[in-house]
Amino acid sequence: MKTLSEKLIAQLPYSQPFLFVDEIEEVSDTYIRGNYTFDESAFFYKGHFKDTPVTPGVILTECVAQIGLSTLGIYLLDDAEKVAQAKIAMVGSSIQFYKLVFPNEKVIVESNKQYFRFGKLKCSFKMKNTKGELVCEGELAGMIHNEI
Amino acid sequence: MEKHYEELKSIIKIYLPEDVSVDDITPKSHLVNELNINSANLVDVVLDIEEHYDITIEDDEMDKLDTVESAITLIKQKTA
Repeated sequence: MKTLSEKLIAQLPYSQPFLFVDEIEEVSDTYIRGNYTFDESAFFYKGHFKDTPVTPGVILTECVAQIGLSTLGIYLLDDAEKVAQAKIAMVGSSIQFYKLVFPNEKVIVESNKQYFRFGKLKCSFKMKNTKGELVCEGELAGMIHNEI
Repeated sequence: MEKHYEELKSIIKIYLPEDVSVDDITPKSHLVNELNINSANLVDVVLDIEEHYDITIEDDEMDKLDTVESAITLIKQKTA
């Protein structure tokens, strides 16, 4: 038997090296929490930065979007056939960063739905590290279309 | 009509891209094709209309919101 977390992740339209979700810890109609550990061998550490590997902000943003928008959106659609046909796109973001994330660090993403109407999902989120420190917070929006 | 038109213009103008001016809005303006409002911002226009007029617009009514005029027609039906 697959867990709900495994089922949701299997439906995501991402694969290596661009999947940034390890586990969904909790999900409801209005809330999702998940985590991801950044492997030190990830491709972006080779160039960001030249001699000091630090997780890029765009990758943290992507991690939040995959957990807080895509996975929550798949859960809300609750229809494998619709999900398989759906096209998704991020349409807006507003993010403040507070802490660096280094190779092999685990982050926890919490996202609260503001609305999911007419195919647009808007959420407010927080990402924390395992010490409970705030890494980044903000708002993200995405569109889920059944047809484009 | 005039009151709705001015109110709608003030809602729409928030979501206009930089290259479209509020003066470009006419009753016949197509929100997506002429005013270049993208599908994500169109959702926010609809949500603002719902809030302003205290109405609910259903998923299948989104198609009726193609021009400024047709949006006013829908608002009138809903607030009648």
